[in-house]
Amino acid sequence: MLVVACIKQVPDTTQVKIDPVTGTLIREGVPFIMNPFDTHALEESLRLKDKYGFRVAVISMGPPNTVVTLKKAIALGADEAVLLSDRVFGGADTLATSRVLAEAIRRLSQKEEVALVICGKQTIDGDTAQVGPGIATRLRYAQLTLVDQIQKVDVQAKRIIVRRKLEGRHEIVEAPLPALLTVLREINKPRYPTVPMRLMSETAEVMVWDNKVMHLDESSIGLKGSPTQVRRIFSPEKTKGEIVGDGVNKPEEAAHLLVARLVQKDIIQA
Amino acid sequence: MNPVSDLSAAGFALFWGLTIFAAGIFLIRGYQLLKLLSLGRENKKPGNLIKQTFLAIGHMIIQECQFKNIRKKDRAGIGHLFMVWGFLLFVTYYFFFIVIASGFGISETMEHNAIYTIYCWVMDIAAPFVFIGAVWGIIRRYFFLPKRLEGQRTWEALLILITVLLHPITHVGKIATQIAAGSPPAGLGISTPPLSTALSNLYTNVGSVAGWHAFWFWSHWGFVLLVLAIIGYTRYLHVPAAIINDILRPQKKGELSLIDLKDRRTFGTARVDNFTQKQLLDTYACVVCGYCQDACPATNTGKPLNPRLIIRDVKANLMTNGPLIHHKKEPVIPLIGSGKEGSIGEDALWACTTCWACMEVCPVYIEHVPKIIDMRRHLVQMQSKFPEELLNFFENMEQRSNPWGIAPADRAKWATDITVKPFETGKTEYLFYVGCFGAFDARARQVTLAIARVLDAAGVSWGILGRDEKCCGDSLRRLGNEFVFDRMAQENIKLFRDKGITKIITECPHCFTTLKNDYAQYGAKLDVIHHTELFDRLIKEGKLKLKPTDLGTLVFHDSCYLGRHNGIYQPPRDVITAATGIAPIEMERNHKRGFCCGAGGGRMWLEEKTGKRINIERVEEALKQNPKTICVSCPYCMTMFEDGLKDKGADKQVRVLEVAEIVARALK
Repeated sequence: MLVVACIKQVPDTTQVKIDPVTGTLIREGVPFIMNPFDTHALEESLRLKDKYGFRVAVISMGPPNTVVTLKKAIALGADEAVLLSDRVFGGADTLATSRVLAEAIRRLSQKEEVALVICGKQTIDGDTAQVGPGIATRLRYAQLTLVDQIQKVDVQAKRIIVRRKLEGRHEIVEAPLPALLTVLREINKPRYPTVPMRLMSETAEVMVWDNKVMHLDESSIGLKGSPTQVRRIFSPEKTKGEIVGDGVNKPEEAAHLLVARLVQKDIIQA
Repeated sequence: MNPVSDLSAAGFALFWGLTIFAAGIFLIRGYQLLKLLSLGRENKKPGNLIKQTFLAIGHMIIQECQFKNIRKKDRAGIGHLFMVWGFLLFVTYYFFFIVIASGFGISETMEHNAIYTIYCWVMDIAAPFVFIGAVWGIIRRYFFLPKRLEGQRTWEALLILITVLLHPITHVGKIATQIAAGSPPAGLGISTPPLSTALSNLYTNVGSVAGWHAFWFWSHWGFVLLVLAIIGYTRYLHVPAAIINDILRPQKKGELSLIDLKDRRTFGTARVDNFTQKQLLDTYACVVCGYCQDACPATNTGKPLNPRLIIRDVKANLMTNGPLIHHKKEPVIPLIGSGKEGSIGEDALWACTTCWACMEVCPVYIEHVPKIIDMRRHLVQMQSKFPEELLNFFENMEQRSNPWGIAPADRAKWATDITVKPFETGKTEYLFYVGCFGAFDARARQVTLAIARVLDAAGVSWGILGRDEKCCGDSLRRLGNEFVFDRMAQENIKLFRDKGITKIITECPHCFTTLKNDYAQYGAKLDVIHHTELFDRLIKEGKLKLKPTDLGTLVFHDSCYLGRHNGIYQPPRDVITAATGIAPIEMERNHKRGFCCGAGGGRMWLEEKTGKRINIERVEEALKQNPKTICVSCPYCMTMFEDGLKDKGADKQVRVLEVAEIVARALK
């Protein structure tokens, strides 16, 4: 049985600046990283591998340099990696992206039964949290979003029990397999690659599937298959907050005021 | 009558039988021990062996090992001096006047001369000193036990001390009975040695002298042979092993090995045979004196690390697993393990600050720290097992080349309000390598600004790399993440080479050591200087003119990476003296004996949950001098002292300043 982890290579957003003139991201010289949420999706897949003996496949749609990030996933313990890369996939919104990823998972499932697909809750560059649910919809898999704990996987009965973290409450949900999970960062602490695994990953093969392999209708993918388009990106103007307390001369008073405000905003509980 | 030459045929047989038996045990055990050593990895080439041999013998004769540790508080070493110097004379005596003279039946020739008498005189004087040395040792261990020897009242120790004690007694007995019997050194018309002569008066019964002589002779030789036989089984082993250890000591103290990506069997030390042969020899040389544990900041503050036990446990592991490994079987006790599973606990390995205090005091040149780092390397690189705080640290280092994961673009932010030139190839003389602390840490940034001011005041041509600067990788290396360090080091060296950088000023002693010593292993030819050293030079050359500004009582804290790692003790002190008009006050533990702040070896990035905090221990020591200012030369020390002062509630009365800040205040 296979667990598929969907990962995305994103620019390290702490290092990304927006060009104020053109309104586009300045990506030059900015290093790429694995989307932080996806590192948790991968880790959870690897934990299921350790626990239940599943095989782990990682898939990613992106430009050819995404191979670097997929190799990192192999260094961490993924058994196979597939890169979905073709010019015609480019410019995709969440709908078109989920079509490509769903097709790839479908193809993987022809060789080996897929038990679970695990995605990060969202990416740090798009912040939509739509691709995971999109894949589940296309594949007609059970859709379990915002998971912060997998409580049980019953391989025999093909059932899964997870905990979802919602605002102010938790939800325990049971669903049939195959299922698609989107996970939160709290779900686990990612592992660190060992040196032998890093060295192995350097020569490991990453399969690359273009549309000649995938045979998707070009009008349903890429820019053409995307009903939404980003028109402009800009930094909101930073407004300076008001100064309400005197932390220099009356630190205690200021601290009380801060706590009161935090309680008021429901950030901490009194 | 010469009772010595009267060895009968049976006496000869017994003499040589016993001697060969004892020598046999010595040699067989020696062979076994060498066999176990040979399981280790090959060593790097040692230095000039002939020179090193002379040096090592010289060290042994002048007892350098003891002189570096004799202090008011602990004078055990004096006893050792007496024993060793006496022992050297004794060994000569054994060889000429027992093995050759008695063993070959030529006592008449050997002893009927003035040389023998003179030698007996020398021995007569030496014997009481050996006796005193041994008694000194027994008193130290059994009546006034220093803390470092706690738990060391073992049978083994007693056996060693008693055998030492019996040598001079039996020797003097032997000579006294010879004199009583009228044999040399008596009867040659030269005055006989006083102690033996006095004691010879006890043997007035002419009939029993021969019997007494035989008693002393055989008991004397018996104890000599006993010692010979047990050398390989007891701490007597330190005598030959320490000398060889000194001869084979690495050319660069404490140097860590580079990663070999072609040898993929293992990265780091997981099994005792992953250590190098020299590292294993260290464990033979250890005499369990405990000076290292006395100096160790971790041991002193209740951490699970004791450098002495690391060495002991590696040896114990070798003794148990070595024969199995030799026979291609699996070892039974893991080298590293938590609790009682393995010889050395993981928590002990993570407690090391790599301050080198243990290596500084070790009388027999044992290198504890590289072993600890080699074992960390295994945990990090093969098992990905490390305190969880380090996960973020490692990833930040790899992704953003700084400990906190701050955007690299912010590296030059410290210079927002001043004009700083970038390093220009061919134009700028020095690269000012600011380092992560100097660039990102709010407090250290003030130091960076101070250094910039001083450099400008002295007219130094300097520039920075700004956002192109990368972390040097010090903590990564000390934490055992050699794979990532290796890549960062090569990237940095390439960057320096591409930009034509050869002269570098560092703010931080850790960057200093890494660029200067660690990068040199890659063949990088960099002229690296710590800013305190440069300031010292500039002041002495008259290029930096200061107006001494009194800062009240000022204590100086040695950075381990400047001091013990690089031997730089005086320059920062001279700079302080020039800038304040007064030499800094010393803490109880200073210079080579300085006590770590607790942040080295990657400890900066780890929680300190067990025992007393190391920085509190050091701050308390500093506060004993009632200082107004504590002066440091390292951003880690700065953080540790400021935190410690806050914890002690003394941050209002005492401030921490960096050497550069003191200099900046004294600029004309």
